Amino acid sequence: MNRTPSLRRQDRSALTPEVLRLDCKVEVERIAAGMVRIVGEQFRRRGALVAMSGGVDSSVCAALAAHAFGPKKVFGLLLPERESSASSTTRARQVAEQLGIRWQTEDITGTLEAIGCYRQRDEAIRRVFPEYDGSWRSKIAIAGGTEGRINFFNLVVESPDGQIKMSRLPLREYLQIVAATSYKQRIRKTIEYFHADRLHYAVLGTPNRLEYDQGFFVKNGDGAADFKPIAHLYKSQVYALARHFGLAEEICDAAPATDVYTMPQSQDEFYFALPYDKMDMALWAHDHAVPAHELAAWLGTDEKHARFIYRDIENKRATTRYLHARAAVIDPLPEIDD
Amino acid sequence: MEQIKQQVRAYILDNFIVVGASSEFQDSDSFIEHHICDSTGFLELIGFLEEKYGIKVEDEEMVPANLDSLNGIAAYIVTKRPH
Repeated sequence: MNRTPSLRRQDRSALTPEVLRLDCKVEVERIAAGMVRIVGEQFRRRGALVAMSGGVDSSVCAALAAHAFGPKKVFGLLLPERESSASSTTRARQVAEQLGIRWQTEDITGTLEAIGCYRQRDEAIRRVFPEYDGSWRSKIAIAGGTEGRINFFNLVVESPDGQIKMSRLPLREYLQIVAATSYKQRIRKTIEYFHADRLHYAVLGTPNRLEYDQGFFVKNGDGAADFKPIAHLYKSQVYALARHFGLAEEICDAAPATDVYTMPQSQDEFYFALPYDKMDMALWAHDHAVPAHELAAWLGTDEKHARFIYRDIENKRATTRYLHARAAVIDPLPEIDD
Repeated sequence: MEQIKQQVRAYILDNFIVVGASSEFQDSDSFIEHHICDSTGFLELIGFLEEKYGIKVEDEEMVPANLDSLNGIAAYIVTKRPH
């Protein structure tokens, strides 16, 4: 009988971190072959440009590019600004040197000041907290979705003497803060494409599966790229590749952070609402039709909460579909699009 | 109740792009399922409800049962509004 056992049944009985285990050596070769095919054969570019934040995703992407194309055909860009972490830049430089790729630093603070990034953001924050000034720190944090409520964002500010205040963001202020902050990713991308064009390289995008699937990126900012070689990998798999490449401990052990707002902010606080290892499992379980009670057991929570997590995954997918969309046209142009 | 539903329906049709069958939504229809509102749309709707009816929507009240249909909103507003 030509019938294989149901994949779903197999998956259900195996909800353990083992489901995300990678054969790193095989996966690196598979990705590298794909990168060469895309960049060399499909795009006819001479190499890859990768913006390096010092985080695990961009570090692994740089390592994959160096492996795929050879270090001479990879260019690393370090694009700090006055609110990004200095230690991140140091880590990025260390990775570039370890890989033997060319790299360059361009501080984008002046550009962000000139274009109004900080001013527009702070103006919106002051509409919520009038006492906020340049000496305060801020961040926004997601809430609601994994408790079965509608997702919303809280604005958190911290005075110089450590006093913390929090308030739910009205829509207008939320949109302006996000729009202003997105200048950071969009200015970075503009610079990346300058260097990619002058070198005739392709721009490498660094989202992992959680970010790509759940829409955690800025359209035409970090979401813009010519190819995204780790978009299929769960975050814990990216960490496994970091260890496989022998990247520094600080990179292999660092918790994912946004490095976009002035207060320390983890990615789960900002967007995912679960730490990455739990989010990896929740997404895998959702996509393999694992019943909510089994996910709940693994997470150590109740079934209702697990159902809320599943619904939050679906909501984020639906809400951020626009971010993935190409510019739409009224009539299809098969001569171009096929 | 009916007046609240009419006012909220008018606000949605005036402010959101609701087309085709979705624009004919019933009082009991889910805004999410009919693609009338996403999370950003709900934030906008909450701003309208707070201003129009002089209420404060608390974080814990931001549940679909209170906000995801005209019936839900009308029932919620009645319980919140000062008598």
